[in-house]
Amino acid sequence: MADLTSNFLGIKSPNPFWLASAPPTDKAYNVNRAFEAGWGGVSWKTLGEDPHIVNVNGPRYSTMMSNDRRVIGFNNIELITDRPFQVNLKEMRQVKRDWPDRALVASVMFPMNEESWAKHIPIIEDTGIDGFELNFGCPHGMSERGMGAAVGQVPEYIKQATEWCKKYATVPVIVKLTPNITDVIYPAEACLEGGADAVSLINTINSIMRVDYDSLTMFPTTGGMGTHGGYCGEAVKPIALNMVAEIARNEKTKNLPISGIGGVTTWKDAVDFLALGASNVQVCTAAMVYGFKIVEDMKTGLSNFLDEKGMNSVDELIGKAVPSVTDWKFLNLNHVDKAVIDQEKCIKCGRCHIVCEDTSHQAINYSNDEGNRVFTVDDTECVGCNLCVSVCPIVDCITMVAMESGTDPRTGKVITSEPADWTTHENNPLKVS
Amino acid sequence: MSNNKLKSEGVNIQSHRLSKKEIEDNFSDLHAPLTQIEALIEADRCYFCYDAPCTKACPSDIDVPGFIQSIRSDNLTGAAEKILSENIFGGMCARDCPTEELCQQACVRNDHEDKPVEIGLLQRYATDSVLDNGVKLFSRKKDTGKSIAVVGAGPAGISCAHRLSVLGHNITVYDAKDKLGGLNEYGIAAYKSTHDFAQQELDYILDIGGINIETGMELGKQITLDDLQKQFDAVFLGCGLGTVNQLNLDNENISGVIDAVEYIANLRQTSNKDELMVGKNIVVVGGGMTAIDIAVQSKLLGAEQVTIAYRRGKNAMAASEYEQALAKKHDVQIQYHLSPKQLISNESNVSAMEFDVMKSHNDGSIKATGESLTLKADVVFKAIGQKLVTEGLADNNLELEKGRIVVDKNRKTSLTKVWAGGDCILDGDNLTVSAVQDGKLAAISINETLTQGA
Ligand SMILES: Cc1cc2nc3c(=O)[nH]c(=O)nc-3n(C[C@H](O)[C@H](O)[C@H](O)COP(=O)(O)OP(=O)(O)OC[C@H]3O[C@@H](n4cnc5c(N)ncnc54)[C@H](O)[C@@H]3O)c2cc1C
Ligand SMILES: Cc1cc2nc3c(=O)[nH]c(=O)nc-3n(C[C@H](O)[C@H](O)[C@H](O)COP(=O)(O)O)c2cc1C
Ligand code: SF4
Ligand code: SF4
Ligand code: SF4
Repeated sequence: MADLTSNFLGIKSPNPFWLASAPPTDKAYNVNRAFEAGWGGVSWKTLGEDPHIVNVNGPRYSTMMSNDRRVIGFNNIELITDRPFQVNLKEMRQVKRDWPDRALVASVMFPMNEESWAKHIPIIEDTGIDGFELNFGCPHGMSERGMGAAVGQVPEYIKQATEWCKKYATVPVIVKLTPNITDVIYPAEACLEGGADAVSLINTINSIMRVDYDSLTMFPTTGGMGTHGGYCGEAVKPIALNMVAEIARNEKTKNLPISGIGGVTTWKDAVDFLALGASNVQVCTAAMVYGFKIVEDMKTGLSNFLDEKGMNSVDELIGKAVPSVTDWKFLNLNHVDKAVIDQEKCIKCGRCHIVCEDTSHQAINYSNDEGNRVFTVDDTECVGCNLCVSVCPIVDCITMVAMESGTDPRTGKVITSEPADWTTHENNPLKVS
Repeated sequence: MSNNKLKSEGVNIQSHRLSKKEIEDNFSDLHAPLTQIEALIEADRCYFCYDAPCTKACPSDIDVPGFIQSIRSDNLTGAAEKILSENIFGGMCARDCPTEELCQQACVRNDHEDKPVEIGLLQRYATDSVLDNGVKLFSRKKDTGKSIAVVGAGPAGISCAHRLSVLGHNITVYDAKDKLGGLNEYGIAAYKSTHDFAQQELDYILDIGGINIETGMELGKQITLDDLQKQFDAVFLGCGLGTVNQLNLDNENISGVIDAVEYIANLRQTSNKDELMVGKNIVVVGGGMTAIDIAVQSKLLGAEQVTIAYRRGKNAMAASEYEQALAKKHDVQIQYHLSPKQLISNESNVSAMEFDVMKSHNDGSIKATGESLTLKADVVFKAIGQKLVTEGLADNNLELEKGRIVVDKNRKTSLTKVWAGGDCILDGDNLTVSAVQDGKLAAISINETLTQGA
C-alpha cells in the first residue's frame, strides 16, 4: 500500500485530502464529523473581524445538474463565518487538541490595514492551528467591502497583506487565490514577494446560474432580487488545473508549494492536481453534495493508483505532468495524428461523422448499404483534431494514431521525426531563423 | 357461422373467476408510464444518432433522436409535435408497437449493452403530455374545396383523414360500426390501451375539424364504392379485415368455439370485466399477436389452464420472442407443431381438441408425424388470421391479390380516384403503426393529385 501521508509546508496529515474553507468546516460539529470520516485536514471557515457578518436568509446555493440530477456545477453567495470570532477560536482550540494528527489551518480575511492583522493573527495562532490561509478569493459580498477577491485582484494588495500576516504569524502562511483575474501569474508572484509559504487555488468563479423560466428573473433570488455568486464543483476543475499548472511551470513561482482546489470529486481529480504541481488538494463541493463519506473512495482510489504506478508515496506523483505543459508556440507542428476507428467497437451511432461533417473537416465518411452502416476516416481530410474522439460514446473506439513515416495524405508533406514549431514556421512574421 | 359469445354458464365456463379488484389490477398498464425523472434519465441514454437506425426502423418515420432531445430539454410540446406530425396515433403506437422488433430493435445501444433506449415509453411520455393537456398542435390550411371519402375509422382511415384535413380538404369518414377507432377500440389488448385511451386519442385527433363522421354506414350496404367515386374527389379505403379465418373443421360452430378477435372486442367494450364468461381450460389456435393477446387476457380474467397451439416451430411464430416470453410469464403454455385435427364435444359444448403432431422440415414445410395429441378445452379460441371482406369491393375494377387490395408505393389502387391502406392492402404487416403510415402516405398522394396544377 502506497503511503498517503502528506507533509505540506511541514504541516502533517494522514492523507492529502483536506476540506476547503467553507460550510463543511464551519464549526466543530462538522469538523469533528469530517475527521471521524477520515479527512486529512481542514481549512476552517474564513474568520473575520467582529462584529461578524450576516448571511441572507434565503437560497445561498444553487446547482447546474445533469438530467439524473447529478451536480455538475455549484454556486453560492455565502459570506465568511457568521459566528462570533471567539466562538470559532474556542472550537478550533478544542478540535486541534482532540485531533493532533490532522491538519487545521485557519482561513482569515481582514481589511487592508495592518492593525487588524496585528490584532487578530497572534490570538488565532494561539489556538494551536498549523497555519494560515489568506482568503483573497471570495468573489461576492466580501469583495464589495474591499476584501476577498478585491484584494486578490490587485497584486500590490496581495503582497502587502501577505507581508502583514507573515509579520505577525510564526506558522506557515498560504495565500488562497481568486480565479477572477486575467493571468494568475501576477497574483502568484505577488504572494512570493510578500513572503507567502504557499498558494492555494482556486476560490470560486463569478457566476449567475440561470434565469427562472417562469418569472424571468435571475435564479436563485432572495425574494425577487439576486446577485452573482461563486461557481465551483466539477465544472471548474479544468480552469483550476490550468492555473495550478501555470504557477508550477512559471520560472519564478515553480518552487512555490501549491494546494490544489476546484472540483475535486474523486481520486482521479486529485491525481490531476497533484501531477500538475499541487502538493495536496482541498475539497468543498463534493462534500457538500455527497457528505463526508466521499473521502473513502478518494483515499483508496489514490492509494491503489499509486500502487499500480509503482509509486510509494504521494510525493512521487507531485508535479509529474508539469514538464508536459508548454506554450502553444512550442508544440511540434511536424507531428501528424490521424483518427482511427476500431470497427469492432463501433456501434454505428454516426456522431463522429455528423460532427466532423457539420463543424469540422468532412473527414469521416458514411455509407449505408441496406442498413449496414459504416463510418470510415478519410486520411486525406483528417486534421487529427480529436473532435470525433471527444464525442464518440464508446471508450477507446476512436483513437488518434501518430504517423511515424510516409507522407501525410492531406498535406502531401513527408513525415519527419525532426520537430518544428511556430517559432520557426515560415508563416510566422516574427519567426526566428 | 360460429358462435362468437360464450353463452352457457356451466361448471367450466363462468364469470367472476376473479374479484373486481383483481381484474382491475390485472388490466392496468402493462408498462407503467415514466415519471419525469425516469424520462429524463432514459432520454439521456439516447446518443442522438445521425441518420438514426431507430427512425429507419419506425414504419412511420418518427424522428426518434429529435423527439428524445426535446424531452431532455423539457420541451414536451416540441417532442410531441415531432412524433405526431409523422404519426398522429403516436400515443397508441407508444403503447402497442412491438418496439422490440421495430425501433428498439435497431437502437445502437443494443450493440454494446443489449439494452435499447426505451423509445416506446419515451414516446408515450411526450404524447401523454399534449393529449392530457389538450395542447393543440395542428390547424387546417385554407379550405381547398375538395372532398374526400374515407371508409373505415381505424388507424389507417383516421390518419388519412387527419392529414387531409390539415391540408385543407373536407373529409367524410364512413364506418360500419357505431364506435370509431377500428381495432384501436376493439382489438388492442386491454392492458396496452388502458382506460378509455383509444377514444381520448380519437377526440384529440378529430378536434382538428373538417372531418365529418358517418357511423353505421357499411360499404356494400348503405354506401357503394361506385357512388363514393362519383360523389367525392377521392376515396380512401381503410376498412381493415372484417372477418376471420376458419379452422374448417366439421363441427366448428359448436358452443365454446369462438373467434378470438370477437371475444377481445367484447372484452374491450365491457367495463365490468369480472362479468365476462371465462373458460377453465382454454385452447388458443394460432401463432400471432392475437393468439398471444387472447391467451394472456384469458389468464388475466382467471382462466386456469391456457394453451396456445401453433402449427409450426418457435421461430416461425409471428408473435415476437418478447410476446412469447410475455405469454409464458403469464403462465400460458405454448405448444409448437400442433395442427388442428378435430373438435371433441360433450352434449352442447366443446370438451377437447385433437391435434396432429407436426414436424418442420428444412425447406420450411411441415408434415404430420402420424402422432396426435388431445388437449382438454371448454373454450377454443380461433386466432389464425383475419380476412378482407370483399363484398363491397367486388363489382369494381379494383385489383385484388391474395384477397387483399393491391396498391403502389403511394398507396394508390388500380382505380384512378381510390387509395387504400392498413390491414386491407397486400403486403401490409398488420400493425397499427403501418396502418397510420399508409393513411399518411395516401393523404400526401391524394393531396398532390388533387392540387396538381392548382
Ligand atoms: C386482437 C388484435 C390485437 C392486435 N394488437 C396489436 C398490437 O398490439 N400492436 C399493433 O401494432 N397491432 C396490433 N394489431 C393489428 C392492428 O390492430 C391493425 O393492424 C390495425 O388496427 C389496422 O388498422 P386499419 O385501420 O387498417 O383497420 P382496423 O383497425 O381494422 O379498422 C377498420 C375499420 O373499418 C371499418 N370497416 C370495416 N369494413 C367496413 C365496411 N365495409 N364499411 C365501412 N366500414 C368498415 C371497421 O369497423 C373499422 O372501424 C392487433 C390486431 C388484432 C386483431
Ligand atoms: C458555500 C460555499 C462557501 C464558501 N466559503 C468560503 C470561505 O468562507 N472561504 C474560502 O476561502 N472559500 C470559500 N469557498 C470556496 C471553497 O473553499 C473552494 O475554494 C471552492 O468551492 C472550490 O472548490 P470545490 O470545487 O471543491 O468546491 C466557499 C465555497 C462554497 C461552495
Ligand atoms: S438544507 Fe437544511 S437548512 Fe438548508 S434549506 Fe434544506 S432543510 Fe433548510
Ligand atoms: S462516434 Fe464512435 S461509435 Fe459512433 S459511429 Fe463514430 S466511431 Fe462508431
Ligand atoms: S438508435 Fe437508440 S441511441 Fe440512437 S437515436 Fe435511436 S434511440 Fe437514440
